[in-house]
Amino acid sequence: MEVKGEIYRVSGPVVIATGIRPKMYDVVKVGHEGLMGEVIKIEGDKSTIQVYEDTSGIEPGEPVENTGLPLSVELGPGLLESIYDGIQRPLQVLQDKMGDFIARGATANGIDREKQWEFKPIVNKGDKVEPGDIIGIVQETPNLEHQIMVPPNIQGGTVSGIYSGKFTVDETVCVLSNGKELSMLQKWPVRTPRPTKRKLKPNRPLLTGQRILDGMFPVAKGGTAAIPGPFGSGKTVTQQQLAKWSDTDIVVYIGCGERGNEMADVLDEFPELEDPKAGRPLMERTVLIANTSNMPVAAREASVYTGVTISEYYRDMGYDVALMADSTSRWAEAMREISSRLEEMPGEEGYPAYLAARLSEFYERAGYVKSNSGYDGSITVIGAVSPPGGDFSEPVTQNTLRIVKVFWALDAKLSQRRHFPAINWLTSYSLYTESLSDWLSENVAPDWIDLRNYAMDILEEESELQEIVQLVGSDALPESQQLKLEVARMFREYFLQQNAFHEIDRYCPFYKQYKLVQAIHKFSETANSKLEAGYSINDIMAMESKDELAKVRYEEDFDGELNKVLSKMDDEFSQIGG
Amino acid sequence: MTKEYKTITQISGPLIFLEKTEPVGYGELVQINTEDGSTKRGQVLDTSEDTVVVQVFEGTGGLNDSAGVVFTGETIKLPVSKDMLGRILSGSGEPLDEGPHIVPDKRLDINGAAMNPYSRRPPEEFIQTGISTIDGTNTLVRGQKLPIFSGSGLPHNEIALQIARQSSVLGSEEEFAVVFAAMGITHEESQTFMDDFEKTGALERAVVFLNHADDPAVERMITPRMALTAAEYLAYEHDMHVLVILTDMTNYAEALRQMGAAREEVPGRQGYPGYMYTDLASLYERAGVIKGRKGSVTQIPILTMPGDDITHPIPDLSGYITEGQIVVSRELHRKGIYPPINVLPSLSRLMGSGIGGGKTRDDHKKVSDQLYAGYAEGRDLRGLVAIVGKEALSERDRKFLEFADHFEDRFVRQGRDENRSVEDTLNISWDILSELPIKQLTRIDDKIIEKYHPAKQTTSESEYQPQEQEVSGEQ
Repeated sequence: MEVKGEIYRVSGPVVIATGIRPKMYDVVKVGHEGLMGEVIKIEGDKSTIQVYEDTSGIEPGEPVENTGLPLSVELGPGLLESIYDGIQRPLQVLQDKMGDFIARGATANGIDREKQWEFKPIVNKGDKVEPGDIIGIVQETPNLEHQIMVPPNIQGGTVSGIYSGKFTVDETVCVLSNGKELSMLQKWPVRTPRPTKRKLKPNRPLLTGQRILDGMFPVAKGGTAAIPGPFGSGKTVTQQQLAKWSDTDIVVYIGCGERGNEMADVLDEFPELEDPKAGRPLMERTVLIANTSNMPVAAREASVYTGVTISEYYRDMGYDVALMADSTSRWAEAMREISSRLEEMPGEEGYPAYLAARLSEFYERAGYVKSNSGYDGSITVIGAVSPPGGDFSEPVTQNTLRIVKVFWALDAKLSQRRHFPAINWLTSYSLYTESLSDWLSENVAPDWIDLRNYAMDILEEESELQEIVQLVGSDALPESQQLKLEVARMFREYFLQQNAFHEIDRYCPFYKQYKLVQAIHKFSETANSKLEAGYSINDIMAMESKDELAKVRYEEDFDGELNKVLSKMDDEFSQIGG
Repeated sequence: MTKEYKTITQISGPLIFLEKTEPVGYGELVQINTEDGSTKRGQVLDTSEDTVVVQVFEGTGGLNDSAGVVFTGETIKLPVSKDMLGRILSGSGEPLDEGPHIVPDKRLDINGAAMNPYSRRPPEEFIQTGISTIDGTNTLVRGQKLPIFSGSGLPHNEIALQIARQSSVLGSEEEFAVVFAAMGITHEESQTFMDDFEKTGALERAVVFLNHADDPAVERMITPRMALTAAEYLAYEHDMHVLVILTDMTNYAEALRQMGAAREEVPGRQGYPGYMYTDLASLYERAGVIKGRKGSVTQIPILTMPGDDITHPIPDLSGYITEGQIVVSRELHRKGIYPPINVLPSLSRLMGSGIGGGKTRDDHKKVSDQLYAGYAEGRDLRGLVAIVGKEALSERDRKFLEFADHFEDRFVRQGRDENRSVEDTLNISWDILSELPIKQLTRIDDKIIEKYHPAKQTTSESEYQPQEQEVSGEQ
């Protein structure tokens, strides 16, 4: 299978080799050190290889070896709690092998071969199994049952041997009548989506505990969302909030071409924090992929595929997976860099012409599906986009917006005022509000949709009124409009703003969100009727309870404090009346 | 090994093309012997069995096809030793002062290697720079990369020098060093830096790399890499805390573009190469702290934004990689305020982990948020006043308007040698915040207000009374 050739040319991460006769996307080992690379172009006897590691010092004439296999990830128990680079090498193992700096030429298995797992079969001898069927269970973490499935790429058959007990991932746990031996480990090529039975309509929201996301612009489980924003507007904080508080079973977080210190932060913090759903350390449900901006660019290009393939594997077991990609722009830039080394004809802004196709292929791997194992699972993909200069008209943002259904627009102006999360409520949108409305009326409150629309209307109106205020000052407005401005301010400051670093405020369950909006709505309605009855706006503006409402979300005893404020509000209103 | 090739077939800009060589490694260092006996150095950019492309650091002036080319068989390395401290070197690492050559302890590849994210320790040690707009609202921590975004003619160099002079870590006596890399700056500018280093005795604990405006642009490609290699050596082999100042990154990026054009690459935005993000990241990401090692590398890159445009590719890509930015404002500079740092577009991403109780003070975060919010509001109101006049403002708005003025005048403005402790910075903050009605301090919770608000300090009430009168007098 392995064919040897030699290097003809080296230009940065692009190497041209002769004599290996590969298939497209075959993985090859380059040079004496065996650097990993992938075939991306074949022209006569010359194969172009993108190399995942630094190529300094590599000479023409050095050997090249074709493995004959496409770039694949290893799937099995032990994925959770791992931190990988873009091509699934565990960073911890690399540190043990090479120290604090990543030297090249190291290989490491994605999944530990030494560790033993307790395998509990759920099929018996003589049972018929098809690709995707579950043959047994491994307790991967205290809260997660890892389903061992028949790999989708082998033929099914009758079980002729099945073993229970402790095994390492590559030991045989099941034998089929057709002679196939199954272990807990499977490999899957990253650029090929794993098959499913069919796609389902996403109708359950991904609950994140973030008020502006859940309340105003929700994403469905199995949906797609994009967070574009200029630097410093809070993309990474928002992504990390989602990774921390989303009510999914699994979180796959890809740090794609971003900062090393940020990944260090995640590694430091995640084992300490509790997952709101299971009450266990967050790390136990997380797979991290860290290919920071100074790590090889070709591995950055691969990191997104590595992440989505791991997500698909857990989805196939029937779990809800949230995939965060921070940032897809860096991924697109990696494509651009490699494309330009290949001297391909550039499209818009130097990006390759296939940029749009790659982006849509990636986002299409999201979805709520009926998997081959028979369970329903989902992958929600949330991609950060880093548009140059914060200009949303650039190709990556535009091509992303054509595909995704939820748009959370980060705004530098808001972040400069320390309004966080700096998501602009006027330009953001969610196309799932309709399909989620049944779930929301049923599980939050029947009047939730109305309240939400009410809040959106007020905020919309505020932006129009602000234009007038800019010209004439707020005192020149009629009192009812002054009240509207005040209510909008309350929505902005008490509801939309959320402190990601406050112990209580960082996660706000839906019932609290509902009660907050309801309280502001109630204030607005009562105040309006007071104005209509001829009382002055100044009396209303002077109400203490109105300002005290701001602090309720920071309280441990949310309900108690809210009720106190509400009854004080009633008192104050009745005094205005009296 | 030392075979000399005389097979140059083409010379174009800073590049030479050779044919019929033995296999040559990518990135290898090259020596070029010219006809008149001088030598130049270069690096292999592209190597194949037919052609080798070499980028010449000193420029190709005076070269013709009879020049001899020797491949050294190794990538570019910097000889390092602790004796580098106090030395002034050229942009390619040759001594510029009268001193001897560095006797190397090690020879390190200037490209370094990527730090394993798993080995990184999250930066969290507060560095006190003595500048309120940095310490108070955009805190620098060890291992951070915090650039200064400036414009031509603004005092970014003074600010950088003041930071280098004053930086200290509270309650720490560890060894500290400065690595200074100048790329394409004028002799006049570098003289200012040198004079200051000598005057304050900082040169003893500094390593200086100078690539001047009249040095070849190609050399700028290696200057910052040399500087960072020296910094990493001092930090991780000698446990020193190293502050790296890189100035001016704009010149570096221009050199990058020039090289890209010479290689006839497909240009990205505004003609800068598509890989500029990756290239800049390979420099900036070399800041950090490693678990289990004492030293650290902190970076302050300086860049001048062409046309003061923060969306220009150079500041834009930098901002996406660095952990925040300090923005120098022409408007404040014109008003005569030093340091003219505009805090609104400035940001330190690592601030949260470097401040608070036990590090600086428990009110730090809230005070900073409130300053931001108040100043932002005050500045907006300035725009409104220009249209409707001050009279049309409400009492509350007038207070915010004044707050913005006082913020610039008392918090931002400080002397070039004024080294404010973080306590001082926070106390000044409270002084100006106390001019706002307490009810308007929505970013600060009651407990903190109770503890620090001057009006709540019953014990020291008399001390603050005169000030309150002064404020009401101004109205």
